[in-house]
Amino acid sequence: MNKGLTLRNVCILRGQSPLIEVDYNISEGEVLTVMGPSGVGKSTLLAFITGTLPSGFKGMGQVLLDGEDITSRPPHQRHIGILFQDDLLFPHMSVGANLAFGMPAGGTMTARRAKIDTALADVGLSGYSDRDPATLSGGQKARVALVRMLLSNPSALLLDEAFSRLDAELRAQVRDLVFRVAKERKLPVLMVTHDGEDAKAAGGKIIELESLTKN
Amino acid sequence: MLRFLPALTLLAMLGPVIAGLWGTVLPAFGHLPAAGLSGPSLDPFRTLFDWQGLGAASRLSLTTGLIATSVSLAIVAFITAGWSGTKSFRVLERLLSPLLSVPHAAAALGLAFLITPSGWIARLMSPTLTGWDRPPDVLILQDPLGLAMIAGLVIKEVPFLLLMTIAAMGQAQPRRSLLVAQALGYGRPTGWLKTVFPRVYYQIRLPIYVVLAYSMSVVDVAVILGPSTPPTLSVQIVKWMSDPDLAMRLTGAAAALWQLGLVVFALGLWWVGERAVAHLGCHWIASGRRGRFDGPVRVVSLILGGLSACAILFGILGLIVWSFAGFWSFPNVWPDTFTWRSWDRHGPDALATLGETFLVAGVAVGFALVLVLGCLEAEHRSGRSLSWRGLWLLYLPLLVPQTAFLPGLQTLLLNLGADIGRVPVIFAHLVFVLPYVFLSLGDPWRSWDVRNATVASALGATPNRIFWQVRLPMLTRPILTAVAVGIAVSVGQYLATLLIGGGRVSTLTTEAVALASGGDRRAIGVYGLMQTFAALVPFTLALLIPTLVWRNRRGLHE
Repeated sequence: MNKGLTLRNVCILRGQSPLIEVDYNISEGEVLTVMGPSGVGKSTLLAFITGTLPSGFKGMGQVLLDGEDITSRPPHQRHIGILFQDDLLFPHMSVGANLAFGMPAGGTMTARRAKIDTALADVGLSGYSDRDPATLSGGQKARVALVRMLLSNPSALLLDEAFSRLDAELRAQVRDLVFRVAKERKLPVLMVTHDGEDAKAAGGKIIELESLTKN
Repeated sequence: MLRFLPALTLLAMLGPVIAGLWGTVLPAFGHLPAAGLSGPSLDPFRTLFDWQGLGAASRLSLTTGLIATSVSLAIVAFITAGWSGTKSFRVLERLLSPLLSVPHAAAALGLAFLITPSGWIARLMSPTLTGWDRPPDVLILQDPLGLAMIAGLVIKEVPFLLLMTIAAMGQAQPRRSLLVAQALGYGRPTGWLKTVFPRVYYQIRLPIYVVLAYSMSVVDVAVILGPSTPPTLSVQIVKWMSDPDLAMRLTGAAAALWQLGLVVFALGLWWVGERAVAHLGCHWIASGRRGRFDGPVRVVSLILGGLSACAILFGILGLIVWSFAGFWSFPNVWPDTFTWRSWDRHGPDALATLGETFLVAGVAVGFALVLVLGCLEAEHRSGRSLSWRGLWLLYLPLLVPQTAFLPGLQTLLLNLGADIGRVPVIFAHLVFVLPYVFLSLGDPWRSWDVRNATVASALGATPNRIFWQVRLPMLTRPILTAVAVGIAVSVGQYLATLLIGGGRVSTLTTEAVALASGGDRRAIGVYGLMQTFAALVPFTLALLIPTLVWRNRRGLHE
């Protein structure tokens, strides 16, 4: 059985024409970087993996997570975490409520609360639980988004240009944090980016996508 | 369950329209079992064509509709051309948005108080300018050409079309086009009209058609401001339909079909006009002329837009003053005394009617909200968005003249022996409330960032949980605004309440319009104000509630 995230003969079509093709196995703790100019369909690939492919696109091939075929599972049963370039913290929930939303149900309120507080402390945000996410700085929001995703116990991690909104210094910090945590938890990571620095920092294999539909 | 909601919505929206048209066609061809008549025969049409007033009534219907629509559109187009993106425009936008919710009847009553020979304008100018020391005997109100009625329609349609235009501009990126045009030496109005307007017009076409169909067949505004001998076709239809002699319903039904034909004809005429204007416009664009009237266009459009807003504002002020007026002699600008007497006399009844109004509105809007949210969520989950055909279906109940299908619906209910009363009224209101709630909520619902849903489902949230815990709370503001729009639409319904309620359901609108013919200005003041209040309060709440509930959530106020 293959541990990790496997993309087996994945091909995504827009209408009739093929957009991207990928065939790769990302093992535990490995980071696969997919690079390419915008409009080439990088985010579409991630949408196929999360099960949220927009209408007008068609995906073929299989997505396997730890050897299990999840291609036809609904999005919420895939256990694949995703981070976008925007933090996408739910603006109507406090920081703590955002984290609680992501945690699997179960456990007493005190236990859940304690878990949230510890997780926040781990990323240097002790005491932020009751804060309005809109009052946080960009770096803090990015860290909360990461913690929220990790608390949901994902089995793989997707990064959709996740660091591109952050300025250079912060970017390196957040990026190192994400990669470190992913290694610790042995998560296979698929990163989509157009930034060479991100790819270098990931240190894994890089797939350069080019447009299959030549104009 | 969710899968059936779109079909159920269509049924709730179009079912009564189709049934109503059917109920109109049958008696129009002489078939009315309730009166012991069975067709088919062409007698109803013969009676209709024998009616002396038909020519004048049809002409009135056409001219008021076409003129009111063109004038409203022209004011809106020129204001937006001359001022969009400026400070004055934002002021005007703020001023006009709340006016959108003022019911047609209340706006018409307010306007009537301004322009009658004994109204505020005459009082302000008398006796110094006019030399009148008592109200002159001229018919400014209910003039045979329908000018007062056109004015009453224009002041209400300008805010509607302006807000539609502003919404449409979001997609047209007017700023960049205007910058390019200005860099090429075009002034603001000409540049906007040549580069932005064609795209915006395409977006607001359906709302314009709605305005045209509505203006041609409106009843409440026509009763208040329109001519009476003969009245507009729609008013005459209602008269025939409420005649104790059941046979008159046949004539009414025939007239309703005639009205439908007139509206279709006018829409066709407008469509031809669109092509003519587009053709001329293309010439104008190709000519490269930079426009010689930019200055006057800006000034005149702003004056007209301001006048239109002021007419409603001062009209409402007039309602307020009359409701508190004691003795008020001509030509004094203010009443000689102020008193609570009118409120003491009419207040309790008006309050009870307010309760009935809100009950009908609340239930209708509740149904509408469930159906609309269900449709939008089904649309989201299936990934299929509303097509052009779907949009037309949504506008259909607003395009078919009310006078064409509501009388038929009433007849049908009578034939079935169904109870006429509150429940049918609620469903009749739903026909009009549904499209507006849908149109109001559709855009904000669809422009919600779906990556929020992706993130939530990546966190393991089911589609239902995403709907209830993420999407609904994040969209509190537009949902409440849609509710307010729905309530305003329901509160403003005149014909649906009058005909389907069979006189047994009275809302503030039916009461206010009934009072209009009597001429007790103090009572009109009370009911007109209550009606405005009933439509405005939900909007105020829609602004206030999210601000209070989410006061500690800055991200929801941007």
